[in-house]
Amino acid sequence: MKFFYSLIKKVSYSLLLLLAVIVLNFLLLHIAPGDPVETLVAEMGGATPELIAQLRSDYGLDKSFPHQLLNYILRMAKGDLGMSFTYDQPVVKLIMGRLAATMILVLTALMLAVFLGTILGIMAAQKPKSFFSGFVTLISLAGYSAPVFWTGIMLLILFSYLVPIFPSFGMYEVGSSGNMLSYFLDVLHHLVLPALTLASIYLAVYSRIARASMMDVLGSDYIRTARSKGLSERVVVYKHALKNAVLPVITMAGLQFSQLIAGAVVVETVFSWPGMGQMAFEAILRRDHTLLLGILFFSTLIVIVVNLLTDMSYRLLDPRIK
Amino acid sequence: MNKEPILKIEDLCVDFKTRTGSVRVLHHINLSVKAGESIGIVGESGCGKSMTALATMQLIPTPPGLISEGSVLLKGDDLLKLNEIQMRDVRGNEISMIFQEPMTSLNPVFKIGMQISENIIRHQGKTKKEAQELSVAMMRAVKIPGAARLIKRYPHELSGGMRQRVMIAMALSCQPSVLIADEPTTALDVTVQAQIFDLLRDVQQDMGTAIILITHDMGVIAENTQRVVVMYAGHKFEEGPVDEIIHHPKHPYTRGLIRCTPHLKKNMEHEREELSEIPGIVPDLSRLDGLCPFRPRCSEKRRQCDEQMPQEIQTGDGHFVCCWAAGEDQ
Amino acid sequence: MADDVKMNEIAAPSRRFLEAWYMFASNKAALLGLGLGILIAGVTIFGPMIYPTDPFEMVGAPMSPPGEELLLGTDFLGRDILAGIVYGARTTVLVGFAATFFTLVIGILIGVLAGFYGGWVENLLMRVTEFFQVLPALLLAMVLVALFSPSLYTIIFAIGVVSWTPVARLTRAEFLKIKEREFVMAERAIGATNWSIMWKVMLPNAAPPLIVAATLGVGVAILFEAALSFLGLGDPNAFSWGYMIGASRDFIWDTWWAVTFPGLAIFVTVLSISLIGDGLNDALNPKLRLVK
Repeated sequence: MKFFYSLIKKVSYSLLLLLAVIVLNFLLLHIAPGDPVETLVAEMGGATPELIAQLRSDYGLDKSFPHQLLNYILRMAKGDLGMSFTYDQPVVKLIMGRLAATMILVLTALMLAVFLGTILGIMAAQKPKSFFSGFVTLISLAGYSAPVFWTGIMLLILFSYLVPIFPSFGMYEVGSSGNMLSYFLDVLHHLVLPALTLASIYLAVYSRIARASMMDVLGSDYIRTARSKGLSERVVVYKHALKNAVLPVITMAGLQFSQLIAGAVVVETVFSWPGMGQMAFEAILRRDHTLLLGILFFSTLIVIVVNLLTDMSYRLLDPRIK
Repeated sequence: MNKEPILKIEDLCVDFKTRTGSVRVLHHINLSVKAGESIGIVGESGCGKSMTALATMQLIPTPPGLISEGSVLLKGDDLLKLNEIQMRDVRGNEISMIFQEPMTSLNPVFKIGMQISENIIRHQGKTKKEAQELSVAMMRAVKIPGAARLIKRYPHELSGGMRQRVMIAMALSCQPSVLIADEPTTALDVTVQAQIFDLLRDVQQDMGTAIILITHDMGVIAENTQRVVVMYAGHKFEEGPVDEIIHHPKHPYTRGLIRCTPHLKKNMEHEREELSEIPGIVPDLSRLDGLCPFRPRCSEKRRQCDEQMPQEIQTGDGHFVCCWAAGEDQ
Repeated sequence: MADDVKMNEIAAPSRRFLEAWYMFASNKAALLGLGLGILIAGVTIFGPMIYPTDPFEMVGAPMSPPGEELLLGTDFLGRDILAGIVYGARTTVLVGFAATFFTLVIGILIGVLAGFYGGWVENLLMRVTEFFQVLPALLLAMVLVALFSPSLYTIIFAIGVVSWTPVARLTRAEFLKIKEREFVMAERAIGATNWSIMWKVMLPNAAPPLIVAATLGVGVAILFEAALSFLGLGDPNAFSWGYMIGASRDFIWDTWWAVTFPGLAIFVTVLSISLIGDGLNDALNPKLRLVK
């Protein structure tokens, strides 16, 4: 019951956040120099004042500010994010076409970073003064300091040019046809480099957190208790300590998911991965603000949903929170 | 009562490596406990009592710690000669330990039943189901109400006293020969303290477990043990039967400790002073000079104290003391 | 432990500073960072005087490899890579510091108000902070720069707007801790104004972790600037390392040096800042020192 109550509370708070994002989008559209009609007119190469007035009323731009805001919110609530004039398609439809690719990339990178980061962090924490621990710290510093697009390009040069074992762009071979398995393997082959690149920064962050939290946990009283029961080191570390040490990593992963989505923009651009991020890059080149803001809105929506999920899974792992 | 001791610690020395060199935290500690007997180790914090317990269990983090000399004989076998794998069969099985903080000594993310039955599965090779049943029985034995229900609870859902009972159930689940209780009630309410000690006494009678009780409280020692070892700065100062020590303490430090304990003070002969405290603080272990470490705080300091460390002498039946002043009284 | 902390508080600022410096100087990694930092500062200040080639100018054959004509080669337009790195340092350092300053101003203001006043002020400000945390920072920065057209000002503004939240949270947390301390109570007792307690008494005491955060923030700001420039949202009049990589992106097979060296410059710069930040953290945070 308590769980249900807190779920309702979380969901309604998330909806409030979403509303705030919509308002932010609206404000950005308004504060930014030039409105949609001006952009459209410029695209058309000029128009008569009558046509401009007509367009303004079509877009609802002749209404008062609160009226426009209300209209905007209602439209967004109905799932209408506007039309992209460069693609001449609804923004929602465009994003939906790219969503799967982005989610595959982001979730793979997330798993990779959390999993590898935790493992590295734990191994480093067990021998804090060893060479390996120093190596993990070094890797972590390097991953944190390298710009992600540069890491991607370096990986491309290394593994797609010098040692050509991975494809350099896209998500699958153009024109390839076959069964599900070969399609899956094809996508996997294309996924390796972008996912590694995106994971690299967060791998650094998570291994650092995992190392610190593992060292903290290993010094705790209940680990001493576990040892006093004669449990083997493996059980002590990977059963008793791990479940506690992984909690801060999960918190961080949830908190940083928004950064991961943002990082995908850059990685998708480098690897021509056909996701939302690459479309954001194209939207910038074509000055398609409706599409760009649509992507911002949608990315935030994903972040909010993921935060909710993280919160719930955290509750499952840590019995102290109800 | 003239049985052979079940656990005998001889000449135990522990060193810790620090940046400025090696520091000796235990100096040639000797003590023993027989089956069914309770002995106490008493002293201020940092005197080495918990270190003695952890060294017995070989739970000292190595490095920086190192057991450099001595032996720990369990039923005649030297535990220090066992390797880590063999030692794991002793921990939780032959020798168990309960700790000061019941709040933090149980793993917060595992159910209580699992934490108790884990010990049983580890040492007795029972199935999960059998171990669960034994856990419930064990929890009943330590008088936890509603044990069958509580095994599905997490530690944070229990009170401090209940958690300490869970710790005791866990420690006793394999019928160990020796139970080391390191300040088991310090973090608990006074009324709960008494219940826990009653419980320990009951299970001791049922199982014949030897108990080593570690505390800073002379009062607790007086009520719950038969013999006591007084420690200070890694040294054993005095050892003897509880009644003897309380009524005729030989070491100035022991006298000081008793004087600090309200309801014990009246037991001491010729003692009319007010309740007092021992002046000064426990010395920095890295600055010891091989002489009596209590010297700077001692009100009965003599010339010899600045020249040589006193040897342990026997002053009565099973009463040993390590002090120049006590030697002169003879 | 408690005594140690008190001693630190009482100790004269100069002694505290000296202690921190000794701590910092005994950390090899931090010293390496500091050395690299000084090198980069040198390039930023004196580089264009020593190596006055215009980075926008075509000075050699296009795509000439390093060492052939010029030390680090040329890009696909025949522009000197080394000149680009030398001039790009200015943009990088300028944006890094200005954006961090802006980040600190917003973050500290919000954190101080939330931590000091508590109640509904804190509630409101923390909700705003949470809102900004949900927004994907780089994406929002891209939107801001794209909407208001790219220039150094919009870039600095955008980086500030998207990266102040950690500073605000940190400041608030520090203020909540400091609020209960004796010297704050004492100031209140002698009738100091809220304003002077906030800024003259509490903020200086919250400084150590904020200094660390600010240092690391410069690195983050530089990475943001690089990413924006790489995506074509840099100031078209300022040469920057991110821009160089973005411009040569389609030629990585032919001119690997045109993307590798500017990226290396960013990497070394951010690395030096991270090392300095870590060193400062160890030196300024006595609690952590005990843990290590």
